Amino acid sequence: MSKKILELKNISKIYGNLKALADINLSVNAGDWLSIMGPSGSGKTTMINIIGCMDTPSTGSVILDGVDISRENAASLTRIRRDKIGLIFQQFHLISYLTAVENVMVAQYYHSMPDEDEAMEALAKVGLSDRAHHLPAQLSGGEQQRVCIARALINSPQILLGDEPTGNLDEENEGIVVDIFRRLHDEGVTIIIVTHDPEVGDVAQRKIILEHGRVVGDIDQSATFGEALKLRGSHV
Amino acid sequence: MIVLPRGEAKITRETLGKLRALIGENKIVGMAPYRYQTVKINEQPYIIAGTDLSEAEKNSPFWYIEGEWANSRDTSQVMVGHEIAQTLGLKLGDSFMVQGVKYGQQAEASRQDLSAEENQKRDLARQNFHKNFSVKGIVSTGGAEEGFIFADADMLNELIGDTFRADVIECSIVADAGELAELSARIESEMPELQPRAVRRLTQSQDIVLGKLQALVFLVTVVVLIITMISVYTTMTAMVAERRKEIALKKALGAENKLVMSELLGEGALLGLIGGTLGVFLGFEFALRVSLNVFGRGINFQWSLLPVTIIVFVVITIAASIIPVRKVMDIHPAIVLKGE
Ligand SMILES: Nc1ncnc2c1ncn2[C@@H]1O[C@H](COP(=O)(O)OP(=O)(O)OP(=O)(O)O)[C@@H](O)[C@H]1O
Ligand SMILES: [Mg+2]
Repeated sequence: MSKKILELKNISKIYGNLKALADINLSVNAGDWLSIMGPSGSGKTTMINIIGCMDTPSTGSVILDGVDISRENAASLTRIRRDKIGLIFQQFHLISYLTAVENVMVAQYYHSMPDEDEAMEALAKVGLSDRAHHLPAQLSGGEQQRVCIARALINSPQILLGDEPTGNLDEENEGIVVDIFRRLHDEGVTIIIVTHDPEVGDVAQRKIILEHGRVVGDIDQSATFGEALKLRGSHV
Repeated sequence: MIVLPRGEAKITRETLGKLRALIGENKIVGMAPYRYQTVKINEQPYIIAGTDLSEAEKNSPFWYIEGEWANSRDTSQVMVGHEIAQTLGLKLGDSFMVQGVKYGQQAEASRQDLSAEENQKRDLARQNFHKNFSVKGIVSTGGAEEGFIFADADMLNELIGDTFRADVIECSIVADAGELAELSARIESEMPELQPRAVRRLTQSQDIVLGKLQALVFLVTVVVLIITMISVYTTMTAMVAERRKEIALKKALGAENKLVMSELLGEGALLGLIGGTLGVFLGFEFALRVSLNVFGRGINFQWSLLPVTIIVFVVITIAASIIPVRKVMDIHPAIVLKGE
């Protein structure tokens, strides 16, 4: 039994009279690969923002690496995020006037010290050594997303988070990114991914289905999303 | 006031003394007699103005002198006008030779059939004078003064072998317009050999104007600083808004507000530093031109103002940036980075 890295206890997020998340309980072990699916507006982004220390729950507690972070202020959440979380964005969010390797080094700069060799190594890991000195505008979407993954990994985070990381990619690039996730999973990286795409979601070792802010399905590798949803008569 | 002799005669030392007494010692700021003497430098004609240098300095404290005022202690050091310095290529400390014809002698034309050097030898051999001078100061006034060489009058008299004779007396007097007119009339009646001409410079009543002018300039400065602050404020506001995504990303990557804010402030301060430095030099250049063209006098660059101006500029830039930069704190990465 491996170590528990994340635990959500009775998490709710309330916007006015809308319950974006309602009483969520979830625990994730180190090295797990989790994908979260659910219809639009079901609370996936809200949940991943809370895990990623970009938002706080209205009630309940989040225990990240043994520490309750749900009552921390913005400044200390920033520090926790810097040290423990790697973020991958659907829109990549690379700085347009910096090259690929410089974009990776930005994350090093705010974490500790920029180190070009290390940044190059991270790019090599996602197969982008030869594109390291190109600007984002000179890279394809898939390549930009790989730079984003290298940046997320550069400070060795405890959890890699992605909200629709393949949402802006074509099938081929989606495949490349999924392969990178697979390799990272083999190396023991904890991965939590939100996705609309069952093909991406099904590769994960564990799948969560959200609906109206509630977990309505928690299945393991043996079942696919399709099967799980058919059982519920629901759609994604 | 300028006093000229009437007719061909020149002004003697005796007349000068009389004039001094007539005007009254307590009213005189400076009284400088000028003798203009044509001389040759490299076979080209130039004019030396022989004067009482310390009195001339009192008359014209506003002349812009590169180097120093010449004085009567070391008469081989003279001041040259900016124009002459340029044509002759003279710099501070350079020396040059002046040749001329002694008083009462006829100048002899250079002979066409001889070379410049031979002509020079011919001139030297004659009853002529020559002397080496070195440049102690270069005079810039924007006026006719730039075409003269200024030297000690006694030395010049000795050189040309003549007693004291002045072509003109320049006299700076403390008086208002009425007193000046009255004084002119008195000189004309009591010393008919002289021809006074009033030249208005700053007199007391104009001090008030000067004071008002200064207040006006101060007001303009304040207005300019306020406008500067407003434009820095809007620029920084636009910059923060424009870089919203970048700032949100940096925060998402773990950059603390303080760090992002100090980065932006540093950028602003750097711009202030560059702008301030540029402004000082451009401003001085502009002021110098205005001063030379409008007032016919130069101004000195005040080095002590450089750091003060730059510091003021940087402080103002930072002060005007603080409010826009604080907006960084309101940028929530999750919201800004959410979607297109
Ligand atoms: N800042 C907010 N203020 C008010 N309501 C919000 C806010 N953020 C999210 N919501 C609401 O919370 C609910 C869940 O939103 P969330 O973004 O988590 O959905 P999602 O599952 O990520 O949807 P999608 O698949 O479309 O991205 C939605 O109904 C949304 O309108
Ligand atoms: Mg979402």
